[in-house]
Amino acid sequence: MFETALTLNDLVFLAKGAGMTLAVTAVSVAAGTVMGVIFGVIRAQVGPYWAAPLTFVLDVFRSVPLLIQLVLANAFQAIAKFGWDPFTTSCVVLSLYTAAYCTEIVRGGIDAVPVITRRAARSLGLTWAQDMRYVVAPLATRVSLPAWIGLTLGVMKDSALVLWLGLTELLKSSQILITRLQEPLFILLICGAVYFLISFPIARLGGYLERRWSPND
Amino acid sequence: MIEIENLRKSFGALEVLKGIDLTVANGEVVTIIGGSGSGKSTLLTCINGLEAIDAGSIRIDGVEVHAKATNINKLRQNVGIVFQQWNAFPHLTVLENVMLAPRKVLGMARQQAEDIAAKHLAHVGLGDKISVYPSRLSGGQQQRMAIARALAMSPKYMLFDEVTSALDPQLVGEVLDTLKMLAEEGMTMICVTHEMAFARDVSDRVAFFHQGVVAEIGTPDQIFGSPRHPETQKFLSGVR
Repeated sequence: MFETALTLNDLVFLAKGAGMTLAVTAVSVAAGTVMGVIFGVIRAQVGPYWAAPLTFVLDVFRSVPLLIQLVLANAFQAIAKFGWDPFTTSCVVLSLYTAAYCTEIVRGGIDAVPVITRRAARSLGLTWAQDMRYVVAPLATRVSLPAWIGLTLGVMKDSALVLWLGLTELLKSSQILITRLQEPLFILLICGAVYFLISFPIARLGGYLERRWSPND
Repeated sequence: MIEIENLRKSFGALEVLKGIDLTVANGEVVTIIGGSGSGKSTLLTCINGLEAIDAGSIRIDGVEVHAKATNINKLRQNVGIVFQQWNAFPHLTVLENVMLAPRKVLGMARQQAEDIAAKHLAHVGLGDKISVYPSRLSGGQQQRMAIARALAMSPKYMLFDEVTSALDPQLVGEVLDTLKMLAEEGMTMICVTHEMAFARDVSDRVAFFHQGVVAEIGTPDQIFGSPRHPETQKFLSGVR
């Protein structure tokens, strides 16, 4: 039969790593989405010309590999004496990374709302903000949801890179166990299964919302 | 009263409206006919403040529509508009479509807005469709819903921009009947239309647009019976 040196304590250790992955992801996706919505509205509203500086900055965050961003940001915060711990640095970098992608998703969603629909809303006396809140936001959310779910899942897996700043998240805790127990395949199998367990509900939630909304469209 | 004076509007180098003068009295139904690109639809969007203007003025009950100090959202509550393309809010039911503006713009309580929406939907013959989503409606029903949605704001004026142009021929009648009903109820209306029989039936006055100006305006009998302007004659002989 199959034998392993893995103990219950090791599983608890892995779970703590998963907790760190979840924490980094939750903070980054939440903050990144808020920023992404703000930037996306600005981009959709002011047009490509005025949004050019913002677009450029976001393009940098989308183009430079996340690992390099993390290392550079960590070095920068040390030089600038911000005194951030690795968790804060990781969340700041991942939030901006998420925001850069989310901005495009939000802008795409807003642009997908027909001009004529928005005109109809404004012609009824709704203000710009009311139009945004009651007409554009619900419609854009529907369009953007699949891409946003994909982004969230992507960020969760990319968050493994924060191990380079010394955070013991899921992948790092798996590595520690592998080094100690020398059972790489088995532990990676568990690690992968945990990633799946975290991702699956998010993906299903997306599918559920899409189904709930689609009969109305 | 809607007073339009020397209205000019260009899109880039293309001058669409070249000095429009038109006054519509309360209770009056004015239809605007004319060829494509004669500026008919642009005029309506300018009256509603959805398009900026380049010169001239539009006053509604004495209020300058395009003045900076004018609260355009407030003014639009008095001026309903229905467009050629269907533009339901697809995420809301028919009832919610009609309730949205009364609730959010006029600040009505839910129950009151619901009652008003249901009343107007019944009025346009959609009383049995209030809980479905717009995607389940035919084109004609969508347009009647759009009319009810505009009416729910109790506007003094209604603008109709070729509301039957995108409809299948067999659906045109139900929408035109709704417009006729409104006209008979005394609503002040400006209708841009290609339906000549309708224009002849409901209008107090008919305006013929040609190349961005009002080429001719008069009673339906005069315009359709004995048009004076050669372009009017040409247009009418073409559409009959």
